[in-house]
Parts: sequence; structure tokens; C-alpha cells
Amino acid sequence: MTITAEVDAAVVGSARRIADEVAAPVAEEVDREARFPAEAVAALREERALSALVPVELGGAGASLDAVAGACFELGRRCGASGMVFAMHQIQVACMVNHRGEGSWFDDYLREVVAEQRLIASITSEVGTGGDMGKSIAAVSEPDAAGTASFEKQAPTVSYGPHADAFLTTVRRAPDAEPGDQVAVLTRREQMEMDQQGTWDPLGMRGTCSPGFVAKATFPVEQIVPERFSTISAETMTPVSHVLWSQVWLGIATDAFDRARAFVKAAAKRKPGEPLPAAIRLSELMSQLSLLRAEVGLALREYCELHANDRARLSEMATILRFNNLKIAASEQAPTVCQEALGVCGIVGYKNDTPFSVGRHLRDSMSARLMVANERIHATDASLLLIAKEV
Amino acid sequence: MKEQIREVIREHGRLAVDVDTLADDADLYQAGMTSHASVNVMIALEDSFDIEFLDSMLKRSVFESVDSIAAALTEVGVPA
Ligand SMILES: Cc1cc2nc3c(=O)[nH]c(=O)nc-3n(C[C@H](O)[C@H](O)[C@H](O)COP(=O)(O)OP(=O)(O)OC[C@H]3O[C@@H](n4cnc5c(N)ncnc54)[C@H](O)[C@@H]3O)c2cc1C
Repeated sequence: MTITAEVDAAVVGSARRIADEVAAPVAEEVDREARFPAEAVAALREERALSALVPVELGGAGASLDAVAGACFELGRRCGASGMVFAMHQIQVACMVNHRGEGSWFDDYLREVVAEQRLIASITSEVGTGGDMGKSIAAVSEPDAAGTASFEKQAPTVSYGPHADAFLTTVRRAPDAEPGDQVAVLTRREQMEMDQQGTWDPLGMRGTCSPGFVAKATFPVEQIVPERFSTISAETMTPVSHVLWSQVWLGIATDAFDRARAFVKAAAKRKPGEPLPAAIRLSELMSQLSLLRAEVGLALREYCELHANDRARLSEMATILRFNNLKIAASEQAPTVCQEALGVCGIVGYKNDTPFSVGRHLRDSMSARLMVANERIHATDASLLLIAKEV
Repeated sequence: MKEQIREVIREHGRLAVDVDTLADDADLYQAGMTSHASVNVMIALEDSFDIEFLDSMLKRSVFESVDSIAAALTEVGVPA
């Protein structure tokens, strides 16, 4: 094996072990109590998985996105919230790695992510713009003579906000900048005042612990990611979010399928040779799952290929359309698979305390369509479809 | 050609300022053009110049300024 292949295999292997041994045993409790999956995150830190994507020259593992995607799938399979926390953290790291401008403050910060295994949260959505990531209301203030600036942002949903070490926040570049003229700022918890708004008692993805906050920060301007946010968003944040989120959703749907399969096998053992209608439904379910798996796998390969060899194409509208479609398709197909799994298992799937329970899977997967509303993405795509050629 | 480009931007760009106050290399997005408006600009440019952009041109950076739009139009054969 090449060194990268070895690193990648280790990243996926340790995520699988943590998913099975650490995340799975407490997944129900994390869900029931809407509590942070602290054990899984601690285990990922111990394996230095939080810096998997940091390049070797900055001390990181230099793992591929392919490997991190595999890790998201493995974690999502055992605990959707753990998978989503891991995915969201990796998205923030990828943005800094790809857009830091070499030799900037971010080189040192990424070394710190490696050494201290910092957990980084995201503040992109905003009260007033909702899920429109391409617009901000909050702005970076005019820096003072010492180069210190500040912002205040009303954030409706900040996953693991109470547990993160740092936050990547989108804001307008300056007080007089247009809503779409944005930058991303990395601030440490110590540089922030995080005033929690309300509670977090949602339908699913309960362990992500994502209440609202008023986020205030004061920071040196070197902590603004050098490339502008429109580039970060097109080349990394949007496609990588869609690629990694969809791996988590695929993981959740795969476990729902596995539970339906275990149910059918158990039924077949009880009455060998007798006709088993649920077995036919299971077979139908498998084809639903394969559609999801195909879409998610294809998009991952396309992203890795373009990112490695043809990065400029990531900004083309035809490419943006395909990664937007991945999000819409996967976020609709994953809950469909979970719901059909419920149909296979029947009442023992509906109950929350059997080996065949799929209620958590169904609830977790239903968050997918809201994580940037599908309706909003459809509106964007409807406009892009008018002009893009080969999609 | 640049006057014709400005005409299209004036009609479809929904800028926060008058396009005539902007230099040829000024950033249209910073002047308030949204992604949605930029798509309308692209469609109107195809119509006005009777050309089709290639997929490789259909990205934010190509529609960033009057200059960059002019360069793209030249590339698809519009005489300067
Ligand atoms: C589990 C979870 C974790 C999250 N974690 C984070 C996080 O860590 N950081 C963060 O910043 N955000 C986070 N979010 C927020 C999320 O990404 C969205 O930004 C947020 O859910 C959008 O708010 P909204 O549902 O009110 O949708 P909005 O986008 O505000 O839309 C409101 C309503 O209008 C509809 N709508 C919007 N646009 C259109 C349109 N063009 N056409 C038709 N209908 C439209 C939508 O469908 C929706 O019903 C998280 C969300 C979830 C579910």
C-alpha cells in the first residue's frame, strides 16, 4: 500500500471501531436525552481523527476526503448525531485547508488543530436570511489601529455550539459591504461571547445539540480566511457539505436496511419454507438503498476527481447543479429507505426498544431536507438550469 | 461591445448602484449583483449577442466585471 492508502485505511478503520464500540452502545441514550455524543468525540480525538484532513506538512494525517467520507458513513451507521458532528467539523477543516493561502495565520491554527484536536463548529445560517448561505446580515467591523475587529451574529442553529472549541462564521466583509460580499472568520471560544437562545429539543439529530446563539466575537483580522467566501463556498463548503452529509444519511439508511434484513431473517428462521411477504419488501428496499448508494458514491468520486485534477470546474454552474442535486436526492431518498424499513419491520420497528427499532433512523434522516431547505436549493437549481448546458 | 454589456447589466443586474458609476474592472457582485441576477445577466447576454457560453465559462468569476464578461464574449467569437 502507498502511504496515503495506509493513512486512509487507518482513518476508516478507527472510525468503524469507534462507531461499533463507542458510539453504538450509547446511541439510544444520546438520542433520548438529546445529549452530545461526548464519548465518540473523545475517542475520535484520541485517534487524532479531528485533524485527518490537515496536510502532512502541517502535522496532520493528510487523509483523503474519500477516507473521511468513509468515516462519516461508518459513524452515521451507528449514531447519526455522531456522524453529523464529525462531518460538520471536517467541512470546517477542509475550508481552512483549501483556502488558507499558504503561510497565513491558518497554517499555525491548523497545527494547533492537530496538536490539541480542536473541535470546530459552523455559524453560516442567520436569523433573517435563514438557510441562504450566500448572504449575511452581520458584518466585520472596521478594524481598529491594532488590527482588531469584531462581529455580532444572530445564529438560529449552531450544532455542538456548547461543546466546540472554535467557530467558523460567515459575515459581510465590512459594515458597508453588500449581503453577498462575505468572508469566513475562525474564532476561538475564548474570543467569543456565546449567548444561548432557547433550547434544543428537536425531532431528530438530537445529539448534535444545535440551539440558537447570539455570537459575539473580537479577533485579529488575520483570522479572516484569506480567500473570499464565494470561492470557499463554491469550491469547498457547499460540495463537501453535500458529499459528507449524504454519507451520514447513507449510513443511517444502511443501518435501517440492516435492521429490516435482520428482522426478515429472524422471521424466516421461525417458519422455514413458509412464504414471507416481508422478504419481498426487503428486496424492494434493497433497490431503494442502492439508488441512494449510487448517487452518494458517484458524487464523492466526482468531487475527489475534480478537486485533485480540475479544481476550476468546481465553480461551474453545471457542477454546482450536480452537487446541489446530490443533496436534494440523498435527503429525500434516505428517509424513504428508513420509512420502508419501518414497513418491513412493522410494530417491532416502530417500538423504540427492540433490535429492529428504526424510529431514530427515520427521525434523524428527516433533518436532511432542512439542512439548507430543499425548496431553497430547488429555487437555485431552477435558475441555474436555465443557463447551464451539460448537466 | 462594452456599452452593450452595460446595457444588459443595467436591465438585469439589479445592482445597488448605477452601472455607469462603475469602472470596467469593478466587481459587480460587490456592487450588489446576486447569483440569481447574474443568471439573468447571462441569459440576456446570450440573447443580446446571439451566442452561447460554454459550461466552462458559466461561473461566478467570468461574470464578475464588464471586462471579464467582454473577455468571455471575445472567446465565443464576438468581435471587440
Ligand atoms: C440538524 C441540523 C443541524 C444544523 N446545524 C447548523 C449549524 O451547525 N450551523 C448553521 O449555521 N446552521 C445549522 N443548521 C441550519 C440549517 O442548515 C438551515 O440553515 C436552517 O435549518 C434553515 O432554516 P429554515 O428551516 O427556517 O429555512 P429557511 O431557509 O429560512 O427557509 C424557511 C422556509 O422557507 C422555505 N423556502 C426557503 N427558500 C425557498 C424558496 N426559494 N422557495 C420555496 N420555499 C423556500 C423553506 O423550505 C422553509 O420551509 C442545522 C440544521 C439542522 C436541521
